[in-house]
Amino acid sequence: MAERILTRNFHLPESHTLRVYRETGGYEGLSDVLAMAPATIIETVKRSNLRGLGGAGFPTGVKWGFIPKGHQGPVYLVINADEGEPGTFKDRYLLEKDPHGLIEGMIVSAHAIGSRLAFVYVRGEYVQPWRIFSRAVQEAYDAGFLGKSILGSGVDLDVVVHRGAGAYICGEETGLISSLEGKKGWPKLKPPFPAVRGAFGAPTIVNNVETICHVPHIVQRGASWFAALGTAGQGGTRMYSVSGRVARPGVYELPVSVTLRSLISEHAGGIANGRRLKAVVPGGSSAPILTADEIDVTMDVDGLKNAGTMAGSAGVIVMDESVSIPEALMIVARFYAHESCGQCTPCRESTGWIYKMTRRIVEGRGRKEELDTILDVARRGAGTTICAFYDGAVGPYISYIEKFRDEFEALIPK
Amino acid sequence: MSRPAAVQFTAGELALVRRLQALYPDKRAALLPVLQLVQDTFGYISLEAEEYVAGLFDLPPAHVHEVVTFYTLFFQEPKGRHVVSVCHNLTCHLEGAPTVLAHLRMRLGVDVGATTADGRVTLLAVECLCACEMAPMLQVDDRYEGNLTPAKIDRILEGLE
Ligand SMILES: Cc1cc2nc3c(=O)[nH]c(=O)nc-3n(C[C@H](O)[C@H](O)[C@H](O)COP(=O)(O)O)c2cc1C
Ligand code: SF4
Ligand code: FES
Repeated sequence: MAERILTRNFHLPESHTLRVYRETGGYEGLSDVLAMAPATIIETVKRSNLRGLGGAGFPTGVKWGFIPKGHQGPVYLVINADEGEPGTFKDRYLLEKDPHGLIEGMIVSAHAIGSRLAFVYVRGEYVQPWRIFSRAVQEAYDAGFLGKSILGSGVDLDVVVHRGAGAYICGEETGLISSLEGKKGWPKLKPPFPAVRGAFGAPTIVNNVETICHVPHIVQRGASWFAALGTAGQGGTRMYSVSGRVARPGVYELPVSVTLRSLISEHAGGIANGRRLKAVVPGGSSAPILTADEIDVTMDVDGLKNAGTMAGSAGVIVMDESVSIPEALMIVARFYAHESCGQCTPCRESTGWIYKMTRRIVEGRGRKEELDTILDVARRGAGTTICAFYDGAVGPYISYIEKFRDEFEALIPK
Repeated sequence: MSRPAAVQFTAGELALVRRLQALYPDKRAALLPVLQLVQDTFGYISLEAEEYVAGLFDLPPAHVHEVVTFYTLFFQEPKGRHVVSVCHNLTCHLEGAPTVLAHLRMRLGVDVGATTADGRVTLLAVECLCACEMAPMLQVDDRYEGNLTPAKIDRILEGLE
């Protein structure tokens, strides 16, 4: 059984409290880490091969290195807890079951990037996670783990917990920053990247909850330890959210070298009700779909990329033989049509149009040429928009139709 | 609880607004939390409330309106005493969200997007609430409820005053 790092305390009652966190070794190494030079921490994170776990899989240490050298003035750390990618629920578990793990990760990361004010952007619907996390922040302040000169180190950190108000697009980092600034969550064109010019005009590092939770362990146990847990291109474990037609849906923390087959059949208990596997979405709804024959792939960023899909947020949605793929695409298309922020013409128009076409097909009113129209419309807009939302919609449009074309055609009247 | 009179914060609430504004490098960043406070206090965010908030932030009312209309958790009309939001995204759909919605429509006698005549419940269908491991699921006010069955839905409804 592989070692669990982020979820090791999840089974303990009261795992969210400062008491239990400290009893299990939490905050123990913090003084030593705060005495380390920031550059050393960044170097360690780089060598650990930690890749962002929010969706894009960008190397975390490299991103931290993009803050302009010699920058004067504030730098902000922003934690992306806007978890919204369909099929994903790991950050909710971290906020509720190990909030101090995130706080300790924020202290170490903020020290590394020179930030004295950090924000945690929690999706508005996460009321309980927000309450539990906010209470933990208060506990941390009361115990001297946050505020001025943490544990007498001379390192300061204030944490503001900020709530979203319902909009998937605020999970995209520049949309999130707009929203944090009190605006509607419209993404912005990059460059400038947030690390150069982000929240309130200052260099800003946006990282996912889970990414930051890994940081204290990496710094204390070493880059090579973490790197060795994973594959050549990505270190560590990550938390896989498994849902749909498996016997045991839930969160599974496993080395990123685990295969999709093993995740489904061993860890999540296999397909429910003795049915056969039909298809899997391996990284949240924006990841292209895999067929039952394509699951002998490792779940790291490169493994899934080579398989023509993406690791994304590691939300694994399992569909058995009884699932209608056209109907699944219709639901996914409705989501993208609903959540497009409307700024870019291809995204705004195509998501709505493609939803209408998929619905017509599912309702038995489709026309044969519409399948190619969807593929054509989808491909044209790809790569032309302000943010990656639209590319995230194109992945499912194309892959569902290309891999299950027969099923779509069977619904179209002759 | 909602306070339907003219939109006006108490001295205590205004002090909270100033505390929220002071948390950020730019006070305008407190707009979302303050709008949340407006909604918690008055039940929803009226045009009058938008103007009032604009005044607290030295922002044009149009900016506040744009923000209020952008986010799904801000209500521009009075809502029911309870809000039941059924997730209808992929996993929940596969696990029976359409049946959940049909059952709720039948029990409450309203369509999605509407509020019962007695003002008790507003029924909504929403995108993934990121609790797909308990699909089909819904959010009732602050709470997530999953692994729904008709019997469980009935029990949830019985608990709503
Ligand atoms: C449409 C869209 C939605 C996103 N939603 C989330 C999200 O809910 N949570 C998250 O951490 N990252 C999300 N991301 C990725 C962020 O833009 C960003 O890459 C990430 O927060 C960076 O953190 P990481 O490097 O630690 O992964 C989303 C990206 C896009 C394009
Ligand atoms: S791609 Fe879509 S979601 Fe992203 S900025 Fe453009 S319109 Fe908005
Ligand atoms: S699909 Fe319903 S909670 Fe994710």
